[in-house]
Amino acid sequence: MGGLQKKKYERGSATNYITRNKARKKLQLSLADFRRLCILKGIYPHEPKHKKKVNKGSTAPRTFYLFKDIRFLLHEPIVRKFREYKVFVRKLRKAYGKAEWTGVERLRDNKPGYKLDHIIKERYPTFIDALRDIDDALSMCFLFSTFARTGKCHVQTITLCRRLTVEWMNYVVTSRSLRKVFLSIKGIYYQAEVLGQLITWLVPYQFAHDHPTDVDYRVMATFTEMYTTLFGFINFRLYQTLNLVYPPKLDSKAESELKAEHEEDYAMDSESYLEKLSALSASLARVVATAEEEENQLDLFPTEGENMQAREKEQKEQEAQKRLFEGLKFFLNREVPRESLAFILRCFGAEVSWDKSLCIGGTYEVTDETITHQIVDRPDMDKQYINRYYIQPQWVFDSVNAQMRLPVEDYFLGTTLPPHLSPFVEEKDGDYVPPEKLKLMALQRGEKPGKSRAELDSEEEDEEEEDEEEEEEDDEEEDDVDDEELTEEKNLKKMEGTRVTPGKVKPWETGSVGNKVRLEQEEKAEEKRLAIMMMKKKEKYLYDKIMFGKKRTTREVSSLRCAPAKPTRHITCHHSKVQT
Amino acid sequence: MEEKDDEGESVCRPVQPEGLFMRVKKNSIPRCFSTRLLTRFSLSPSFLSQDIRNTVGNIPMEWYQDYPHIGYNLDGKKIFKPIRNKDELDEFLDKMENPDYWRTVHDKTTASDIRLSDEQVDLVHRLQKGQFGDVNFNEYEPSVDFFTNEVMIHPVTNRPQDKRSFIPSLIEKEKVSKLVHAIKMGWIKPRKPKETTPQYYDLWAKEDPNAILGRHKMHVPAPKMRLPGHEESYNPPPEYLLTEEERMAWEQQDAEDRKLPFLPQKHSCLRAVPAFSRFIHERFERCLDLYLCPRQRKMRVNVNPEDLIPKLPKPKDLQPFPTTMSLVYIGHSSLVRSISASPTGQWLVSGSDDCTVRFWEVNTGRCMKTLEVGGAVKSVAWNPNPAVCLVAVESTVLLLNPGLGDRLVVSSTDQLITSYEPPEEDKEQAVTWALSEGPEHDNGHRLTLTHPKAVKQVVWHGKGDYLASVMPDNSSNLQVLIHQVSKRRTQNPFRKNKGLVQCVSFHPLRPYFFVATQRYVRVYNLIKQELTKKLMTNCKWISSMAIHPGGDNLICGSYDCRLAWFDLDLSTKPYKMLRHHKKALRGVAYHKHYPLFASGADDGSVIICHGMVYNDLLQNPLIVPVKVLKGHQITHDLGVLDVTFHPTQPWVFSSGADATIRLFT
Repeated sequence: MGGLQKKKYERGSATNYITRNKARKKLQLSLADFRRLCILKGIYPHEPKHKKKVNKGSTAPRTFYLFKDIRFLLHEPIVRKFREYKVFVRKLRKAYGKAEWTGVERLRDNKPGYKLDHIIKERYPTFIDALRDIDDALSMCFLFSTFARTGKCHVQTITLCRRLTVEWMNYVVTSRSLRKVFLSIKGIYYQAEVLGQLITWLVPYQFAHDHPTDVDYRVMATFTEMYTTLFGFINFRLYQTLNLVYPPKLDSKAESELKAEHEEDYAMDSESYLEKLSALSASLARVVATAEEEENQLDLFPTEGENMQAREKEQKEQEAQKRLFEGLKFFLNREVPRESLAFILRCFGAEVSWDKSLCIGGTYEVTDETITHQIVDRPDMDKQYINRYYIQPQWVFDSVNAQMRLPVEDYFLGTTLPPHLSPFVEEKDGDYVPPEKLKLMALQRGEKPGKSRAELDSEEEDEEEEDEEEEEEDDEEEDDVDDEELTEEKNLKKMEGTRVTPGKVKPWETGSVGNKVRLEQEEKAEEKRLAIMMMKKKEKYLYDKIMFGKKRTTREVSSLRCAPAKPTRHITCHHSKVQT
Repeated sequence: MEEKDDEGESVCRPVQPEGLFMRVKKNSIPRCFSTRLLTRFSLSPSFLSQDIRNTVGNIPMEWYQDYPHIGYNLDGKKIFKPIRNKDELDEFLDKMENPDYWRTVHDKTTASDIRLSDEQVDLVHRLQKGQFGDVNFNEYEPSVDFFTNEVMIHPVTNRPQDKRSFIPSLIEKEKVSKLVHAIKMGWIKPRKPKETTPQYYDLWAKEDPNAILGRHKMHVPAPKMRLPGHEESYNPPPEYLLTEEERMAWEQQDAEDRKLPFLPQKHSCLRAVPAFSRFIHERFERCLDLYLCPRQRKMRVNVNPEDLIPKLPKPKDLQPFPTTMSLVYIGHSSLVRSISASPTGQWLVSGSDDCTVRFWEVNTGRCMKTLEVGGAVKSVAWNPNPAVCLVAVESTVLLLNPGLGDRLVVSSTDQLITSYEPPEEDKEQAVTWALSEGPEHDNGHRLTLTHPKAVKQVVWHGKGDYLASVMPDNSSNLQVLIHQVSKRRTQNPFRKNKGLVQCVSFHPLRPYFFVATQRYVRVYNLIKQELTKKLMTNCKWISSMAIHPGGDNLICGSYDCRLAWFDLDLSTKPYKMLRHHKKALRGVAYHKHYPLFASGADDGSVIICHGMVYNDLLQNPLIVPVKVLKGHQITHDLGVLDVTFHPTQPWVFSSGADATIRLFT
């Protein structure tokens, strides 16, 4: 019975966690360095199950890390590099203070640096892991590449980000893996499918940033440091999979074409090369000069049956989507976002050009007679060619999302655009589907869009009316006779406007059949109510929560359905002409 | 060359007039010589005749501002200022008329104008051009070397070389040794060689499955950013735009509470879309989320809510039970506190706050008899003995003979009362038994038991001879009394106060007595006179209690809306807790024959449950709610006050605060 007395907080969860400050002290790092290390190594805090136990009886709010994680950080070689750098800065300051310029120079030559390769390898042991986590890296690099080269971060970082994003865009163009695009008020969303992974990123609109003061750019810079390393390795690997030269080089043919123009006065050779790459108008050089990609047929496994067929169909659709704009020749006016449109159009096989003064890399002039579409974002154009469509940029985005070339009539110069829908929303049954989406789905099924939007609306309203009326009658089912009568009544009402209608026929007065049905329903409802009474407390709580959520969604849907803005929706005539 | 320059300068120097202090603007033309130009030409012979040189020296002349003179000449005489200073007009006239104006200079020291001679003007011109002052000076004279430029075999000087030019420098040695020491100690490191490996390479060239650490299995990848919906579009469908009120509400909400972090906006064309002002913020917040947020796997419950509802037998299969309200007994003018049905099921007695006890015929709803008793009736109970008809009514407990129905029963009842023979020795009793006489006797009063305190509840034993009454009192042990009618005897079974007694009940078959205090139900054995069981109800305040006719089960209603079902064989804790009512329960009751129990509550509803108790001890009772009966109106926040079942039929009576009694069949 004797033995040592068990002390509190010396075993169990209290020893599994460590507070942030203690972890910092254990690693002998400043808070900034600790934060940097956590970001680079991907260590995040943990929420213990019993906070009071871990916090040794106190309930003060603290951040806890797993002790294992901190022990893992102890062995990190980068920690030593951090300390070295700290020493370096101290020495440098001293040398400056003593005006020992040779010393300064010598120190500068031996400035300690570190590489993140091993961390990347450690965090992402396989390539697919890395690819899965690239969303944030892409968005961050695209943001940093739009920064002005002053102040907020190193110029090298900005140029590196720009380089990597251009490489990425070139890869997506070459592999034709773009799937969805969306013009939001924040920026432009892109979604690509790379090696089976869906990758989404957001690119801000091309404006100068108003740098906020309440943002810690050091944190962002640390993330960017990690992301650029990761991104570079991923780009390398991706280029390798397509047999492309890395760092990317333009095709020799394309290069000579581009060279012909007067670009000497444009920029230095080294600078203009990145510009030429970012123009996205030329194809890239390959390691082995092969012909175009050979189509590898999908092997058929007869056992799978329907599943296989569905997959095959999907494959076909994807192939078709990749060639969406093939054979079309676009010209971008100067007021449209050049880079994003060139990127999208090139991803789907179109030829793109723009004004020579806008950017390097335009391959043909406005005057080219073979141009099929000109993308314009201004109310009117002075000089119009008769053999090309003048369309607004939304057409490109909507067509990509619809996986088909939409009729161009809605997108002509100066017309009011149809709403731009998000391609990322997947409606489940019960969710609200905007009428435009219904129309689009009809189009995709191959039906001719005979109905105008107003008709669609009115039809829906009819349904609502019916719904309401049904609700009025206590949600009960009616037999056929009643139904007919009701519909007749409704028709009458519609025809004669505000005339007084004969009194409504109550179903329980008319027939015993309806009465029975009604009784049965009531009984069922009562049964359910009684059964709900007998639920256990825990299950009741859960049930109530689920029902609350359901009710909320239906409420939202209904509020969307009868939004006040709806009746004012404009009416346009639709021709059933589909562009080929 | 150096020496030559030196020479040139030395030649030049004496030429400049000593003390010449001239400032001439580079660009000014000579015609506009400022009068401020200060000159002091000592050499000019034309001035010698009228030499008025000032002797005060190079001092600020404003020191003489307040004096009539301006200094002293060579003879020590004062030099007086001119009587009248030239003003602007004089200056102008002078400029217009005097042809020598351009070469006239004002001398501050003598306060006189000096006309420059031709030589002086020439000198000024030359100086302005940067030439030497002396006209005759030749600046390009051939140079004469001090030393010859040819190397001679003999040294110029005969001085021997220093010793220090032969021996190594100590200072250098010190410096070198310091460097050597620093290198040895590793303080100075050789320059690092340049990195030659490329920045990017195929990092995953050798994917080693063993390299996957244990941590990766524990790793929770960061959730991806939420994908945008229609409302984020630059041109959303109009129903996604906020109305004016919604927009106001959005602006007034805190940033954390907002459902959408942005305001949906509609732009007519892509060209009109502005930059999103919070773009960097959002990216930064994402960064913060990535490294500051604890990550947890949350199991999402993905159940069909229908599956959560327990599968119960259909109420239809559990019939009979009361379903519809068929009769309303109207007559009372205040709350009907208590009701009780006669054992035959023909009559019903009710007690109300309007100080009356009414007898009703069940089938017709007719009030057969109304008895005025002197006070609010808290509880009524019909004697369960079918041969005798006694109703215990309280305030002071009254035993009544209603005189209804079978004459034989009435007479046998009276006989029971009259057959009493007083015992030989009179014992002191807690209550006094008094026989009613006269008009009271004609009304049906038979016995009056005067209690020392207000009685809350009366209850008969199954045989009909014993009667228990409850007088709740927190501070005394006199709370429960058991009376024997045939012997007119009263006893107090408890010596100790165990809390405020709410209600009591007799076991239907065995000699047990149930006492419910606020939170517990105690079961006493009357023969052994000991506590057998203490049931924990988990309720805050028990209001009512009923015992299953089998005697093994018990239900307790409580003011905190709960009904607890106890299986006495199973445990002292409730077998089931039913929270069917929304408000406090007032009455519970079991049916004598059918497996039914009812509960009435302040929400005005009576809930009928099927409560089947099996003979098999291993099978738990089955409890299924079968019907919610509504009918009573809620008055003064009170709904149903008492419920009781018909002794033979599956009917239930309920009395309410709306002064009615209702029969549900």
